[in-house]
Amino acid sequence: MSVTTLSSDALAQRQPNWIVRLFDYKPFLIVMCLAPAIGLLTVFLTYPLGLGVWLAFTDTTIGRRGIFVGIENFQYLLTDPLWWNAVFYSVFYTGVATFGKFALGFWLALLLNNHFPFKSLLRAIVLLPWIVPTVLSALAFWWIYDPQFSIISYLLVDVLHWRDSNIDFLGSPWPARFSLIAANIWRGIPFVAISLLAGLQTISPSLYEAAMLDGASAWQRFRYITFPMMLPILAIVMTFSIIFTFTDFQLVYAITRGGPVNSTHLLATLAFQRGIAGGELGEGAAIAVSMIPFLVFATLFSYFGLARRKWQQGEAND
Amino acid sequence: MTETAAQSTVADAKAPPDTMAWDSGLRRLMMIYLPLGCFVLILLFPFYWMAITSFKPNAELMNYRDNNPFWISSPTLAHIKHLLFNTAYPQWLKTTMLVAIGSTTLSLIASTLAAYAIERLRFRGSPYVGLGIYLAYLVPPSILFIPLATVVVQFGLFDSPLALILVYPTFLVPFCTWLLIGYFKSIPYELEECALVDGATRLQILRRITLPLAVPGLISAGIFSFTLSWNEFIYALAFIQSGANKTVPVAILTELVTGDVYQWGALMAGSLLGSLPVAIFYSLFVDYYVSSLTGAVKE
Repeated sequence: MSVTTLSSDALAQRQPNWIVRLFDYKPFLIVMCLAPAIGLLTVFLTYPLGLGVWLAFTDTTIGRRGIFVGIENFQYLLTDPLWWNAVFYSVFYTGVATFGKFALGFWLALLLNNHFPFKSLLRAIVLLPWIVPTVLSALAFWWIYDPQFSIISYLLVDVLHWRDSNIDFLGSPWPARFSLIAANIWRGIPFVAISLLAGLQTISPSLYEAAMLDGASAWQRFRYITFPMMLPILAIVMTFSIIFTFTDFQLVYAITRGGPVNSTHLLATLAFQRGIAGGELGEGAAIAVSMIPFLVFATLFSYFGLARRKWQQGEAND
Repeated sequence: MTETAAQSTVADAKAPPDTMAWDSGLRRLMMIYLPLGCFVLILLFPFYWMAITSFKPNAELMNYRDNNPFWISSPTLAHIKHLLFNTAYPQWLKTTMLVAIGSTTLSLIASTLAAYAIERLRFRGSPYVGLGIYLAYLVPPSILFIPLATVVVQFGLFDSPLALILVYPTFLVPFCTWLLIGYFKSIPYELEECALVDGATRLQILRRITLPLAVPGLISAGIFSFTLSWNEFIYALAFIQSGANKTVPVAILTELVTGDVYQWGALMAGSLLGSLPVAIFYSLFVDYYVSSLTGAVKE
């Protein structure tokens, strides 16, 4: 008798109530843990993504539900010189800015990989442009590019006497395009440099020692050790960089808003102008959707970069 | 260039040791310190320019002939005073702070749980859930903001900071989840097994063992989310209309840029004040930033 009471007591202690037991039931726990993240992402990411594709095939405007119009929006875009212009500038902007960012960022990473005093302080300073809100540093660039009071013009005209007149940075198409690219490179260098620096630090010094014993020159060491070892991380960082440069919005919107005469519109700013400012949601969505093929291309690039890394490490490495 | 290279190799080969040391010192200066100096100068100049502009009186701002533009002869607080007392700047700061803290808290909770489930509860298909969340990070806001605007309107959240708090996790959760998966991976599984053997429930394990050990990861994820949501622009621009509810980056661009003559002093003062919170935050947690940035890339 006493034995049974004891055991049931112990049982009651071990399994206090059903809530605790439920939370120890693994499938339930998994669902509960994943629910907030998956829920948020489904409602505010997957659903809008699908909705965006649907909107691109309708003539929705703000305040009016649209009807399905097939590929009319896209047909219109193909005849729209502004869209072609935006495609051209998006590709050009991404290409030139990515090249600049990686050339300068890689260089900066190699420089930071040396030993010198105040290294961590310097690394902290270098990352600053990436931390500060882009729009706010873009405003600083807008002021630096001012037609009358540009500090660059002041330096070139009044201090160095290299030019006779101020540079009109944002007044005509090509200077405006390059000014924006310069601002984008400025903002992108820190991210590239710090990510690549992390990659550089994982390369074993013994490889360099072996190469030096074999009489490899500095260039050969870079070409045959540093560069191949950095390829996987370069591929990943570059994918991120390409995706976020191609879909850039803030810099252009803050500095030129697509002007002068629509010459600096990226696809994102054009989508905003048509979709939100102009109210043509369907057409704006179509412009946004037209970015997807480029993004898929960049993602595949990343995938193969990752696959290559696994292959290099010999086996599946999660 | 080739000539100097040739000279230096000759010097390397023949010169006595002390000349060689000097030569390599000079070489080091030219090859490392000089380019580094240029990089730092260019990377920091816009901030210097921003700071110096916000304390310059208007007369000095528009006259480079009589004043050295790189220095202030009579610093003034007029621009900052104007911002704080004649505009809704304090209100914008408050809204931005609210949105950043709200969305950071929300995404930290969601991504901690998700990362724990994916990394430690290991179920069939957990790698695919992880991959799905990673792919979500590759969807840029620029292709989402138009449909999201209609979703926000449907939910009756248009022009409300709550919309931003709910929407920002779309780019914060993927990032934080991947960061935390990495941290959870580094915590020895044996610790959890011991606790399981001792009769702890899963939730107790998460609270008493895994989370305390993952604190550095949580701090990294938290400060990163805070910075990203403080800096966010396109959603805040598209979903908020009334002046009082705007976040700092949007408000400066849409409320302070008025007319044809730009108030550069006030604009730069606004940018400086808007950058300060993240800059201070950054200076306190530099190492966490660097580790989370590089950790997320390496994952």
